[in-house]
Amino acid sequence: MQYVHEFRDPTKAQGLIQAITALGEQITAHRPGPIKIMEVCGGHTHAIFKYGLEALLPGTVELVHGPGCPVCIMPKGRLDDAIAIAQQPGVIFTTFGDAMRVPGSHLNLLQAKAQGADIRMVYSPLDALAIAKANPDQSVVFFAIGFETTAPSTALTVLQAQAEGVTNFSLFSNHVLVVPALQALLDNPDLALDGFVGPGHVSLVIGTHPYDPIAQQYHKPVVVSGFEPLDILQSVWMVLKQLAEGRCQVENQYTRLVQPDGNAVALKAMAQVFQVRPTFDWRGLGSIPASGLAISPAFAAFDAEQQFTIPGKTIADHRACACGDILKGVKKPWDCKVFGTACTPQTPIGACMVSTEGACAAYYNYGRRSRQSTPSAVKPPVQTSGPSPQTRPTTGELSPAEPGKIEQYC
Amino acid sequence: MGRDMATTNSWPRQSLSSSRSQFRDSCITLAHGSGGKAMADLITEVFVSRFGQGSPGPLNDQALVDLGPLIKRGDRLAMTTDSYVVDPLFFPGGDIGTLAVNGTVNDLAVGGATPLYLTCGFILEEGLPIDTLIQVVDSMAQAATAAGVQLVTGDTKVVPRGKADQLFINTAGVGVVPVGVAPAADQIQPGDVVLVNGPVGDHGAAIMVARADLALDSDIPSDCQPLHRLVDTILAVCPQVRAMRDATRGGLATVINEFAIASQVSISLDETQIPIRPAVNGLCELLGLDPLYLANEGTLVVVVPPDQAEAVLVAMRSHPAGHHSQIIGTAQVESPGLVTLHTGFGCDRVLDQLIGDQLPRIC
Repeated sequence: MQYVHEFRDPTKAQGLIQAITALGEQITAHRPGPIKIMEVCGGHTHAIFKYGLEALLPGTVELVHGPGCPVCIMPKGRLDDAIAIAQQPGVIFTTFGDAMRVPGSHLNLLQAKAQGADIRMVYSPLDALAIAKANPDQSVVFFAIGFETTAPSTALTVLQAQAEGVTNFSLFSNHVLVVPALQALLDNPDLALDGFVGPGHVSLVIGTHPYDPIAQQYHKPVVVSGFEPLDILQSVWMVLKQLAEGRCQVENQYTRLVQPDGNAVALKAMAQVFQVRPTFDWRGLGSIPASGLAISPAFAAFDAEQQFTIPGKTIADHRACACGDILKGVKKPWDCKVFGTACTPQTPIGACMVSTEGACAAYYNYGRRSRQSTPSAVKPPVQTSGPSPQTRPTTGELSPAEPGKIEQYC
Repeated sequence: MGRDMATTNSWPRQSLSSSRSQFRDSCITLAHGSGGKAMADLITEVFVSRFGQGSPGPLNDQALVDLGPLIKRGDRLAMTTDSYVVDPLFFPGGDIGTLAVNGTVNDLAVGGATPLYLTCGFILEEGLPIDTLIQVVDSMAQAATAAGVQLVTGDTKVVPRGKADQLFINTAGVGVVPVGVAPAADQIQPGDVVLVNGPVGDHGAAIMVARADLALDSDIPSDCQPLHRLVDTILAVCPQVRAMRDATRGGLATVINEFAIASQVSISLDETQIPIRPAVNGLCELLGLDPLYLANEGTLVVVVPPDQAEAVLVAMRSHPAGHHSQIIGTAQVESPGLVTLHTGFGCDRVLDQLIGDQLPRIC
């Protein structure tokens, strides 16, 4: 736990909040507010709620929680496929823990396990490979989910399985790509965003260059950010600074880890093992071209979709669930009719409620059950010296997101 | 109570070495649960020899307890039961045997009761090595001696291989509550102060690390310990303690939520005052878990009136099981049932009840 507390220093946060407040006032003096900044990564959403960063921000700046939770965007149909594989005789189905509660159309993996499927939680695809080697008479399938963050470790596991001649191991690949999803969001006319706090772990793999089109074609600033609270506040400040100066660039706040060209070894492994699917279904966002990774034909022996018969159906999202609009940043969780009532972490309807990184679960667990029920949950923010910052109202006074008219600064 | 292993409160004690040498089987078979000689040998050589105290007595279907001494200790009997199913059976700081004794002792203690007698029920999987069983039974005997309680009666069953995971234990406990002592979760008043006796999350972290599937090395020991003497210390300075609970499954956050709901108050905890070991914090950072929801087996959460808080804190810190005690929060009148955490970063967030198990985050 060395070198962490430096990034959680509340005194330094006060300085950043002052600077954010000043820039927020400067920008909104010439245009309607608030300034809407999307944090793309679920890890950022988690940290924002864990540390209560929203309560520190001035009312001129609003964080919109994006689609970067790989569990949240898994569509029901793919969960049904995963369960169908897991229920095959002789299969050991391995998965990361937070995928266990993602609802399919009838069951989740926890329920399928209770019904008799051999489903085991692992912490790494290498754990799944070890299970395969220990159980040569059974077919071990790894439920590969996640963005470019987890795809390299999956790819390297396949390469290792091939090198070791393991023949009873395969992947059910549901890896997805960040940039096509962001472009799909940006093409949506509903969306009203001023800039992005870009994902840190994904960028560690892919670098910062893949975001160039977002700055150049869509004219939105992108700041790749670390995951500690001061990282996120500094990244928000950097986005605001670009907006105030009329710039639209890809900047890197997470310089202690992220290189502009990414990680060559990881990218090479991904390129070897995966190929980009023509389209992939995202829960709430629908079908997005070139946004998912399948196993390439050279590794078909490790492709569970080739080894097993799966339903492969597209299942519509629940009608009452507003996950789609929440993932697009158009609605806040409390705008959803079922948030906190029919849809809770105990009984999730949409996947945004399943993972703690999901926007709805984060609001429910860390911030707000609803606009009315927790009026005292958020205390006044840290006071800064100088003029009193314009602060976000307390929970009970939060107003629904209003897709407003945002002037383009770039 | 089954007939399989029933005794009186007066069991003969034999030395470990002599009993092991007389018990020749190397592992548990179905014969050890069949009611015949194999079972009788198991009971006599493994259980009675370790749990029996004082002079030899007959093996009956029940333990008999004289009421006279109990009546002098208090005016109410406290009873509790708990089942123990931990994987792995052995972990740094304890094993399933120490858990089975201390867990039940603590369930009595947090009600203000003086723990006196325990029962034990064993479910053994066919194939369990006898040495494993003996190691666990020895741990139970030592834990009971350390806690000053007697294991007075028990039962054993053997199930076919695959029908249980090595060894399950149930213990029930009986204690006596002194006159005037009545802590309860629904007695908390606005303004009351919350204390904890030491670092939270150690047991849950120790178990996670001990499970081979994580491939992590750490020296985090379980906090498994009896709490009744610490409770006695607290009651000596504050007989009117409002509520006490040992923060086992679901951790500190779950206990605080139970208090807030039962007493219809809100409770605000100060994150900077909650003791957590750096190694536990590091493990949680790595796996995306929250230490406030990790299980404990020797963590006492106490709520006392505000004017007694400092005296209780001093008393707790004077006891070996409470050296690292802290005042961690207060009860408030607003938002009944809500628990909030004032973070080290200067903000407040809701600390809700856990839904199911904590699941590690993938990235």
